[in-house]
Amino acid sequence: MEQFTQEFFNLDVMAKVAPFLLQGLLQTLLLCSFLIPIGLVSGILVMLLTTSPYRLLRWPAIVAVDFFRAFPPLVLLVFVYAGLPFIGLRVPALVAVAVAFLINSASYYGEIYRAGMVSVPKGQREAARSTGLSATQTLLYVTLPQAIRNVLPDLLSNTVELVKLTTLASVISVPELLHSANLARSLTYNSSPLILAAIIYLLLLLPVVRLIARLEHRL
Amino acid sequence: MTAADAMSNWDRFVFTFFNADIATKYGWEILQGAGVTILAGLAVVITGIGAGFGLAALRAIGWKPVNFFIIVFVDIFRSLPPLAIILVLFFGFPNIGIVLPSLIVLWMSLGAVLAAFAEEIFWAGITSVPKGQWLAARSTGLTFAQTLRYVILPQAVRLGIPPLTNRAISITKNLALGSAIGVNEILGRANSALSMSANATPLTMGALLYVLVFIPLVIASRTLERNYRWGEH
Amino acid sequence: MSSTAAAPVSRYLLEARGVRKSFGPTEVLKGVDLLVEPGKLVFLIGPSGSGKSTLLRCCNRLEEPDSGSIIMDDVDLLSPRADINAARRQIGMVFQSFNLYPHLTVQKNITLALRKVVGMSTADANARAAEMLALVGLPDKAASYPAQLSGGQQQRIGIARSLALNPKIILMDEPTSALDPELVGSVLAVVKDLRDRGITMVIASHEMNFAREAADKVVFLDGGLVIEEGCAEDIFLRPQEDRTRRFLAQIRH
Ligand SMILES: Nc1ncnc2c1ncn2[C@@H]1O[C@H](COP(=O)(O)OP(=O)(O)OP(=O)(O)O)[C@@H](O)[C@H]1O
Ligand SMILES: [Mg+2]
Repeated sequence: MEQFTQEFFNLDVMAKVAPFLLQGLLQTLLLCSFLIPIGLVSGILVMLLTTSPYRLLRWPAIVAVDFFRAFPPLVLLVFVYAGLPFIGLRVPALVAVAVAFLINSASYYGEIYRAGMVSVPKGQREAARSTGLSATQTLLYVTLPQAIRNVLPDLLSNTVELVKLTTLASVISVPELLHSANLARSLTYNSSPLILAAIIYLLLLLPVVRLIARLEHRL
Repeated sequence: MTAADAMSNWDRFVFTFFNADIATKYGWEILQGAGVTILAGLAVVITGIGAGFGLAALRAIGWKPVNFFIIVFVDIFRSLPPLAIILVLFFGFPNIGIVLPSLIVLWMSLGAVLAAFAEEIFWAGITSVPKGQWLAARSTGLTFAQTLRYVILPQAVRLGIPPLTNRAISITKNLALGSAIGVNEILGRANSALSMSANATPLTMGALLYVLVFIPLVIASRTLERNYRWGEH
Repeated sequence: MSSTAAAPVSRYLLEARGVRKSFGPTEVLKGVDLLVEPGKLVFLIGPSGSGKSTLLRCCNRLEEPDSGSIIMDDVDLLSPRADINAARRQIGMVFQSFNLYPHLTVQKNITLALRKVVGMSTADANARAAEMLALVGLPDKAASYPAQLSGGQQQRIGIARSLALNPKIILMDEPTSALDPELVGSVLAVVKDLRDRGITMVIASHEMNFAREAADKVVFLDGGLVIEEGCAEDIFLRPQEDRTRRFLAQIRH
């Protein structure tokens, strides 16, 4: 027990590495601050393509979405980061993270929005169009708000997944929270930094996960 | 840009990403990685969904202290990044005398994560079965356990299949994280072949192999979702 | 047919001629004429599947007719140059299932198109909404959400929503058939009030008693064709066609 506490809950070690981990946390939050909004918006674009009435837009989009849903995000990340330099395209680690995770999350968000749009009754669109609203206005004011409301738990849940996804950036040495923690672990020969990082992730995400559970059970 | 330049660019691209020599040299090696990925994936899916199902059934009994622990377990493993769990098990546990092979660490971590999500999905299914089903079953003399077993769980499972398929796919794709702790799955082997050959072809092969393994599942999930939707209306 | 510069002004507000529409292999409308004079209430009756809804939906191009012409107030709606969003604003539509926007309050339901299509200020649009709510007898429901209203109230809001745009004509597709019997009266009272105010309406409905007492013209549709049309009295008391007689006999039991 003593040994367990020493290894995982060593308060001295935690106090010592806390400022370092905080820097990692900032990097994580920075990543999230552009990945989440851009992901949410590009997901709408993906949905517009996969639900387009034009086959020439719809089919390539569906194939691309399925392809990237089958593609592990880490493999995509390594491919972008380690593969492209071979043809002279050296991308900074942060850009590689942005590209790889945006492709991944836009596909997932897109599928969620699509499910939401399917759940909006056809009559809503017809009612809106019959009052003279254009197709874009109908989407903006009538169908999309309802679609989003219907799939809110899934959107939240995918956002949690996106935050967790940022830990993969540590594999290509982006100094985000988990990377900092793992570095601190190897320097202190103690796992408490990892546990501290885990606690920070829990503080960040557990409230959202609780909220999702509440929303889902209400539905 | 001259035609010759364009040609040589194209050649360089093919040489780098689709190099037949390198593909034959490392192909077998990486293919074996696919074997590891598939076996580990099956292990994660079977144990994860099985454990999630068991926990949901246990929760249905309604024993407060047990439910409390189930909820805590589920919430924590839904919130933690899988890579964080993997690193704790792989680097931390040896220091307290528990040494686990990297493949076991990968399986346990992802299995626990999937179990948490599966429990939540099954539980949502159980709670969405109308109260009248319980009443009807109990009124015909079925016991609590029989009602759960023959009436409630089958309906809950049916409801849970589409979201569970999606979740199982996205968690199993995390097997690629094994490469970070030296598991010999597809990405790990592709990565080492990459550094040995100084060519990106192994990475292309690894990526294609992953897509080959997962695309049937993704298509299956799309079909399931569609049938499920039709079944509803 | 030569295109004269000054088309003769039609005596009809809505003039649909030879409208055809197929879904896949089945032809649902086989060349239907629907002529509506201004200020009149036209009733569309006919068995289920006869094409009443499809005809109404063709009149504002929610459904695209395969051929025929639809002229609204001397504007050809099927011409490629027609501004369909502007035209739809002048053609109100009321749906069997109300189709109120569940995420918006009653007030916002009514003002959305006023603000976004007509370009009214929010204050003006709200004033207009209040006027409409008073007209349909629900002056205190502006802040409610659709889910908080009864079916009859929802349908009256649906009518207020289309009425707010000051349309030249209102199309109603079975406005009362999703309602419990005791709620039907309140909606029909509103329809009658609109008629007395001289608002042009086309209503597909099975409310034969109401048709007899309020309709200026009744059109009987069967199998995608107009079988018979005339004033309410003629159709209900002296139907000329066998199919009309059989349909009315069925409806009465
Ligand atoms: N979008 C569609 N796709 C395929 N068939 C359709 C579609 N809409 C209508 N139909 C078919 O067209 C025919 C006429 O339908 P319509 O809804 O116009 O009839 P209706 O007279 O309004 O009947 P009801 O009294 O039941 O409302 C029906 O056979 C229906 O199945
Ligand atoms: Mg109809």
